[in-house]
Amino acid sequence: MLNDITLGQYFPGSSPIHRMDPRAKLILTIVYIVAVFLVKSFVGYAISLAFLYMVVRLAKIPFSYVIKGIKPLRFIILFTFVLNLFFLTGEKVLLTIGPFRLTQEALFNAVYFSLRLVFLVMGTSVLTLTTSPVQLTDALERILHPLQRFHFPAHELAMMMTIALRFIPTLLDETDKIQKAQMARGADFESGNLIQRARAMIPLLVPLFVSSFRRANDLAMAMEARCYRGGDHRTRLRELRYTRLDAVAALVMAVYVALIVLEGHFFG
Amino acid sequence: MEEQRMDENRIVATNVTFHYPDEEHNAVDQVSMRVKRGEFLAILGHNGSGKSTLAKLFNALYVPDSGTVVVCGMDTVDDELVFDIRQNAGMVFQNPDNQIVATIVEEDVAFGLENNGVPPAEIRTRIDEALKIVNMSEYAQKAPHMLSGGQKQRVAIAGILAMKPKVIILDEATAMLDPSGREEVMNTVHRLNREEGISIVIITHYMSEAATADYLVVMDHGKIHMTGTPRKVFADVENVRGLGLDVPPMTSLAHELRQAGIDLRPDVLTVEEMVEEVCRLSSKN
Repeated sequence: MLNDITLGQYFPGSSPIHRMDPRAKLILTIVYIVAVFLVKSFVGYAISLAFLYMVVRLAKIPFSYVIKGIKPLRFIILFTFVLNLFFLTGEKVLLTIGPFRLTQEALFNAVYFSLRLVFLVMGTSVLTLTTSPVQLTDALERILHPLQRFHFPAHELAMMMTIALRFIPTLLDETDKIQKAQMARGADFESGNLIQRARAMIPLLVPLFVSSFRRANDLAMAMEARCYRGGDHRTRLRELRYTRLDAVAALVMAVYVALIVLEGHFFG
Repeated sequence: MEEQRMDENRIVATNVTFHYPDEEHNAVDQVSMRVKRGEFLAILGHNGSGKSTLAKLFNALYVPDSGTVVVCGMDTVDDELVFDIRQNAGMVFQNPDNQIVATIVEEDVAFGLENNGVPPAEIRTRIDEALKIVNMSEYAQKAPHMLSGGQKQRVAIAGILAMKPKVIILDEATAMLDPSGREEVMNTVHRLNREEGISIVIITHYMSEAATADYLVVMDHGKIHMTGTPRKVFADVENVRGLGLDVPPMTSLAHELRQAGIDLRPDVLTVEEMVEEVCRLSSKN
């Protein structure tokens, strides 16, 4: 049951987007996020949608996957929408319900805000769908590397993420095993109210914690035995190299940003 | 003369004593032993006999309270040499899950090399070689949690092999494996010993594994209790059993047959030898 959990939402492939340097993807995603905040009109969102659609097609992932990424956030989006709808004031009153007045400006604003969230989520989905967690960790380590001069623990952070990713399946397996062992002794994880069910988790969590600490201890010993000494002077098996692909991607992104800026100028 | 002796001995422990802070007795007490070049040595002992502690002393994970451990000519007390020592004396641990660091097999094999600052191109060739030697090439891109216990241990061995060690220490590396996994690992280790000339130290409580070693060291209460070839050590059935250890099944059978008055050799180790002995007896009668 627990074995078929996939890590992240990586959608393997060999499209140009997949083959881009993960650092470039990460940086361009951040640029995209900033650009989305600059959008001022529906024209801008239309441009964004076209851009996103093009990228998704290039990445050869079904567009429905990108849409699916919004699903977990639907309540937050709805909440933002409603909040903006009623707490912004404006001139043109469209509707009055009790003490609340719905204005045209508020309606537009609410729609803009929600769309902004939708586009942010969809854009970042493209990153996580086309980049494996390992590549992401690698990219993060190397992008943050210059900050190490200011004692920012870039290598340690990346190492922690790698180890976490490595141990998630192991710990899931173990949870499964403990759960079965406790169920064999009559533990009940499924019935009762929320508090009772939370309490039923204790015999599951305690052994899991104890064993995690033992694993951490073992792993530290094993890493030391294999000459681990932190991030200094460390080399990597896989080197990251920017290619023409990344330059082209950067150019396309620049065109998109330029369009958005122009749009803000003419329609804002 | 001195240099030649250093070259012959991979690990030399002299009067080594080690003590855990919150324990009454010394975990390792006045132990002197050596591991020769190309030797396959097994350290035996029941739980708490100090055998695992001894293994960690060989890898500079622990430093002796008194006495010295010299690995390939380097004293483990010297902080500057710690990483050279660990590269020369690799260690495989008991739990296959708790010693794999990376999320992809080949990246895990690369871990030690990355730590030592080996250039990427060389890492590539070395991990390909190492995975080939342990017959895990086809799993290079797999996630470690998809592998069996025996395969994980072979990956761990590959990770050490890639560092080109002179000694590999296996600290109960087969204890958590099923019989087929155990066989995989033991076959791999024997092959490395035979073909690559790497000295092997196995810490084990499986007598059948110990029986395949060149030399045995039996530990009890932190001290060396017996040493010798497996044939010699196991022939002393009463003594070995007195330490809470077993002897290989055929040795045990031979012992009982001898007590029943049948004149077998006392140092029978394997089924083949037993067959030979029984044939010898029946042809005599």
